[in-house]
Amino acid sequence: MEDSNKIIDDVTSGEYKYGFVTEIETETIRRGLNEDTIRVISAKKNEPEWLLKYRLKAYHHWLTLEMPDWAHLNIPPIDYQDIIYYAAPKQKEGPKSLDEVDPELLKTFDKLGIPLEEQKHLTGMAVDAVMDSVSVKTTFKEVLAEKGVIFCSFSEAVQHHPDLIQKYMGSVVSYRDNFFAALNSAVFSDGSFVYIPKGVRCPMELSTYFRINASNTGQFERTLIVADDESYVSYLEGCTAPMRDENQLHAAIVEIVVKEQAEVKYSTVQNWYPGDKEGKGGIYNFVTKRGICKGRGSKISWTQVETGSAITWKYPSCILAGDDSVGEFYSVAVTNNYQQTDTGTKMIHLGKNTRSTIVSKGISAGHSQNSYRGLVKVSPRAENARNHSQCDSLLLSSTCGAHTFPYVDIQNDSAVVEHEATTSKISEDQLFYCNQRGISTEEAVGLIVNGYAREVMNKLPMEFAVEAQKLLSISLEGSVG
Amino acid sequence: MLEIKNLHASVNGKEILKGINLSVRAEEVHAIMGPNGSGKSTLSSVLVGNPAFEVTEGEILFEGKNLLELSPEDRSREGLFLSFQYPVEIPGVSMVNFMRAALNEHRKYKGLPAVSATDFLKLMREKRAIVELDNKLASRSVNEGFSGGEKKRNEIFQMAMLEPKLAILDETDSGLDIDALRIVANGVNQLRTPENAAIVITHYQRLLDYIKPNVVYVLYKGRIVKTAGPELALELEEKGYDWIREEMGE
Repeated sequence: MEDSNKIIDDVTSGEYKYGFVTEIETETIRRGLNEDTIRVISAKKNEPEWLLKYRLKAYHHWLTLEMPDWAHLNIPPIDYQDIIYYAAPKQKEGPKSLDEVDPELLKTFDKLGIPLEEQKHLTGMAVDAVMDSVSVKTTFKEVLAEKGVIFCSFSEAVQHHPDLIQKYMGSVVSYRDNFFAALNSAVFSDGSFVYIPKGVRCPMELSTYFRINASNTGQFERTLIVADDESYVSYLEGCTAPMRDENQLHAAIVEIVVKEQAEVKYSTVQNWYPGDKEGKGGIYNFVTKRGICKGRGSKISWTQVETGSAITWKYPSCILAGDDSVGEFYSVAVTNNYQQTDTGTKMIHLGKNTRSTIVSKGISAGHSQNSYRGLVKVSPRAENARNHSQCDSLLLSSTCGAHTFPYVDIQNDSAVVEHEATTSKISEDQLFYCNQRGISTEEAVGLIVNGYAREVMNKLPMEFAVEAQKLLSISLEGSVG
Repeated sequence: MLEIKNLHASVNGKEILKGINLSVRAEEVHAIMGPNGSGKSTLSSVLVGNPAFEVTEGEILFEGKNLLELSPEDRSREGLFLSFQYPVEIPGVSMVNFMRAALNEHRKYKGLPAVSATDFLKLMREKRAIVELDNKLASRSVNEGFSGGEKKRNEIFQMAMLEPKLAILDETDSGLDIDALRIVANGVNQLRTPENAAIVITHYQRLLDYIKPNVVYVLYKGRIVKTAGPELALELEEKGYDWIREEMGE
């Protein structure tokens, strides 16, 4: 047994490949959080009065809240006065072309595999690159504009499309929703905004790449996606951060509004710095993500591959308001070393004939704790609601933990709700069988883990799936001693 | 090809093998028989480097190399293959991905480039035919939901793919009906060449009707107590093991 534990230890001690720091002059504001902080952020972004008021309302509400403690997480106390709430790489006011973007920034994103030169980029994907509190560059904006698609940074949307922002911001995740949503609503800096007009199938994948660079800062981005009737968009987000001994806070909000017969596919590959082998450092990832299927036959599909962060607290959810609307949640969450994850989804069935699918695959190694938490709620008016949930846990060590917390709240007798759960462990027999065929233990673990996660990986867009597969292996692999 | 000298091995501190000497040359088939618990499967496990077993004394040379110094995967890459008595299920990993990973590791070890997808699928088709495995099995997960007979055929299929120098068949005949036994045995025979060899571990004569051994051993309480030609298997079939016990003075 000791031998095999050692093998798994070696195999699961992969290195974080995105831990570098970009040396760039950064403009930061003073540490701490008070009304002035919020006024400064709002002023820097040249925001209209209503938005400042919204932030202040959120701030005052936040002051009345306590940090939630119901998750299966051990969160050390966070000193909210010791965080810098705004940090921006110094560059010219709103660079118009790539020539005006600091070459260090371009190099950074190149190194992360996100080239910002359009001709270099994977065809069929537009990128909004966000570093710390600001968007650095959004590609293919003009091409998309021809179709009427709006894809820009959140700050820019506030300036150029204030009516849309005012109409939809906070309509799915109110600032009163929870502690972190209130905090984000008070201090959010940047993020992405997407609007797909009626009947338009977005011609390329849209993606936002979030990078934390500055130290002692928090990242509080907001993403808002609005898909009008009969439209379609596939949106991806990726995230990384440097390796630091301190913990850094990331508290984001994602809101999705989907109208009649429209569909939004939202994919995440979350690879924030997870901390070192002893659990020192790493990102605290406290995120509120929710979409509403507003119209008849609308659809939201969440796919997430979670490998990073010291602590993850997130539940991408669907409010199925329109009749015949569909919600999906596909998740792979990998935890290693001392990482903790409490993730899952909420499927709120309000309309008739609404359907939801939940597939959650947890993979735990080292001393990590990996929890699935999900709610399926069927309201009294939701005739013929259907849900199928499947929660699988794969254990790679005897010191890790996997937990499943399914909640079901059914208020209509016609509902059919199914829940399946399995727990398995990679056995020494399986590893030895692979070894005997010439496959090293390291590669065997990669094969087994990717096989296990395949059902979810298949939901990712092609270009992302390959990356995510590598990421799964990197998160769990190291050199076999 | 294989030289085992005074091999002692134990599991959980209990000595199972108590001084095995065995020598296998290319083109030969050696059969190892013996009652339950005599150490047959321990011997095959030790040969392929199963970490649950500890070698306490002796040495094993494979093609002149000290086998005991090699990792299990390197033993495989050197050309040692075990057809498992109980093939292991690996849910989620398709036979295609599994076999391709294995084959490419073998090729890398020999300094060859990875096999192309087209060539690989062609090879799969050819080798599948040897054990009459159908197409669907290739896309299924490794051994998952396979019947007992399919699992054993799948072992021989993998052997065909990897073309080992020395194959160890650990009770490959157990749990097979007569048709499956014939398919498996035919498969093994088709794979015989003047350069390779096999060790067949079995309880029954019937497999040896198909796969003709050069030498038959009786393993008893961790020692080889009888060595003879194929006629020994017939004698055991007829008389059982009691006369061996008597000869041993028990």
